[in-house]
Amino acid sequence: MSRPVTDGGREMIATKHPLDPMIRAERLPNIWCPGCGIGIVLAAYVNALTKSTKPHEKNVCISGIGCTGRIAGYLNLDTYHTTHGRAIPFATGMAVAKPDLEVFVIAGDGDISTIGGNHLIHAARRNVDINVIMVNNFNYGMTGGQHGATTPLNARTHTSPYGNVESPFNVPYLVSAAGASFVARWTALHVIQVTKAIKRMMEIKGFAFLEVLSPCPPTYGEYNGYPAALDMMKHFRERSVVDNGADLSTVSVATGADDRIVVGNFVDRKRPSYDELLTELQARTGKKSGALTEA
Amino acid sequence: MRRSGEVKVSATTTINKKNTSSGALKPGTYFMMGNFACVEAAIMAGCRFYAGYPITPSSEIFERACVRFPEVGGSAIEMEDEVASAAALIGASYAGSKAMTATSGPGFSLMMENIGLAFITEAPLVIVNVQRAGPSTGIPTLVGQGDMMQARWGSHGDLETIAYSPSSVQEFFDLTITAFNTAERFRTPVFVMADQVIGMMWERLKIPSIEGVEVLQRKVMDAKTRAKPFDYANDFIPMPIVGTGTNINVDSLTHDYRGYPSTDYTVSESMIGHLLGKIRRHAEEIWKWDGYLLDDAEELVVAYGSTARSALAAVKQARANGIKAGLLRLITPWPFPDAIIERYSRRVHNIVVPELNYGQIVHPVRENAQCPVIGINRAPGALMDPTTIVDALEVVAN
Repeated sequence: MSRPVTDGGREMIATKHPLDPMIRAERLPNIWCPGCGIGIVLAAYVNALTKSTKPHEKNVCISGIGCTGRIAGYLNLDTYHTTHGRAIPFATGMAVAKPDLEVFVIAGDGDISTIGGNHLIHAARRNVDINVIMVNNFNYGMTGGQHGATTPLNARTHTSPYGNVESPFNVPYLVSAAGASFVARWTALHVIQVTKAIKRMMEIKGFAFLEVLSPCPPTYGEYNGYPAALDMMKHFRERSVVDNGADLSTVSVATGADDRIVVGNFVDRKRPSYDELLTELQARTGKKSGALTEA
Repeated sequence: MRRSGEVKVSATTTINKKNTSSGALKPGTYFMMGNFACVEAAIMAGCRFYAGYPITPSSEIFERACVRFPEVGGSAIEMEDEVASAAALIGASYAGSKAMTATSGPGFSLMMENIGLAFITEAPLVIVNVQRAGPSTGIPTLVGQGDMMQARWGSHGDLETIAYSPSSVQEFFDLTITAFNTAERFRTPVFVMADQVIGMMWERLKIPSIEGVEVLQRKVMDAKTRAKPFDYANDFIPMPIVGTGTNINVDSLTHDYRGYPSTDYTVSESMIGHLLGKIRRHAEEIWKWDGYLLDDAEELVVAYGSTARSALAAVKQARANGIKAGLLRLITPWPFPDAIIERYSRRVHNIVVPELNYGQIVHPVRENAQCPVIGINRAPGALMDPTTIVDALEVVAN
């Protein structure tokens, strides 16, 4: 994408970005609002991809529906924009059928933890060898700002106009309890940490989960005290506490001015992955393979 | 039996026998349950991925797949629900696998959204519906034919679907292989609309030698020569397989020839035109039907699935009673064989359509017939009694 820059008063045209080959630059500009954190996650994923040890064509990005769901379509990879909430089972089928892939699911909090919440916990339980990045902007942004399973108690949205009466999921706690091999949370402010976490997810054999908290200025931000693009980012800077060893039962997220936001790489453990167990199963039963068998 | 409308090998398909021989059952005569026969056919057709969720009366398909698929180097996995099963099939299909699941009414309902995704993304896969009595949980586990219209219209938006309806264990086996071939050729989800009687019945099954079985393989996109991944001028587009370097965006949104989302009306028109047209333009190659005593028939029974067995008995009884009855058995209810119905309807006085539902396939029959069409409808939960059909034939013939 061309972009004018100035150099001592002379206008220069930068015709290329070093990461252009990793994205579908002809599709820019993207659809995201000013101040949105999803583009930061896209850039972090692309930066991590440049360090990937896998052949480029083995990297796959699958997304669901919503603002974050549009990430896949901007990547110059094999990408899949699926149905709302179903990116994880789609990825499960793909990863089982072709275990040499490095599969990322990148989708929003509504997609992953609300409509897709059941798929999330079961993929973590099976320890499917996929990586899930959940961009949490605390509401359904694309549809205009409604509450979901990550909207904090008392927060205002178009479907909780008098304050949310539901308590949100503490998603890292949930996914850790379900059995994921890797669980982390950072914010869109923590660009380096997000990129490093994604690189670590690529190394993990099993289910790896990263929550990235993101501003959503026009909807969640507007109704909850963070209307300008930088407001939520300033809040992340002031209130984030890095605690890799945090007791996950205490890391629920709220966005009040005094609420702490606990971030870190919380879980990094070895459990047998689903595809390792399936391969072992095939090896045990496959001794009959090739031979014609009786009914 | 299957003399009409056989799927032929075309330029867009290749025969691959290599992948299918290992682990298939020895050729010969077996006594087997319909649901088991379905799994053996899938293995012979090259299917190596199954994602399922238990539901009667289809459970034996899933159970046998869990025994047999690992033996032949495949995977049969249990998902958390049928929504997930259908999604997993599309992922596996794009990984290059022939993929299948089996379910019954309630699970079929849950699959509808991702059936639409498979259709718009052109993912070949096979969904077997061993129908039971509905609506809702209905009667587990007794026979019904209440999902025939759902197979056609169940997923939102405009779809053109392909469905086979077996009437015996042998045909459940044969049509499962055909369903995979059709899915591979058309790059689309294909249904095998069995029912509880056909699924759970034990019958003689002849398993052919693999050399005699036609097995089609989808045309795969070459990363080096890829140009228009969604070339809507072409009915049969090679499929980009994940991990092969095609770098293609596969989208549930209406998408243009590059696979990019678009809100342009002309894109919508060309994409839908392609998705529907690739099946409509070749419908006659998909159609299968079977006839009994059609040559001099004056009263015609049109039936499918287990009800066609009752209809055959009824036609024989009616003949004994002096009525010139014949049977037209629909093997492909979808795409609907409209020209076949029209052709036979011109030769008879009346058509009766017995179904274990309150009127589904009778509607497209009536839409295309040039003679009166009478539905014989019974609640699901028991096989159609042949005497019910004989009684109807007596009424229309006199």
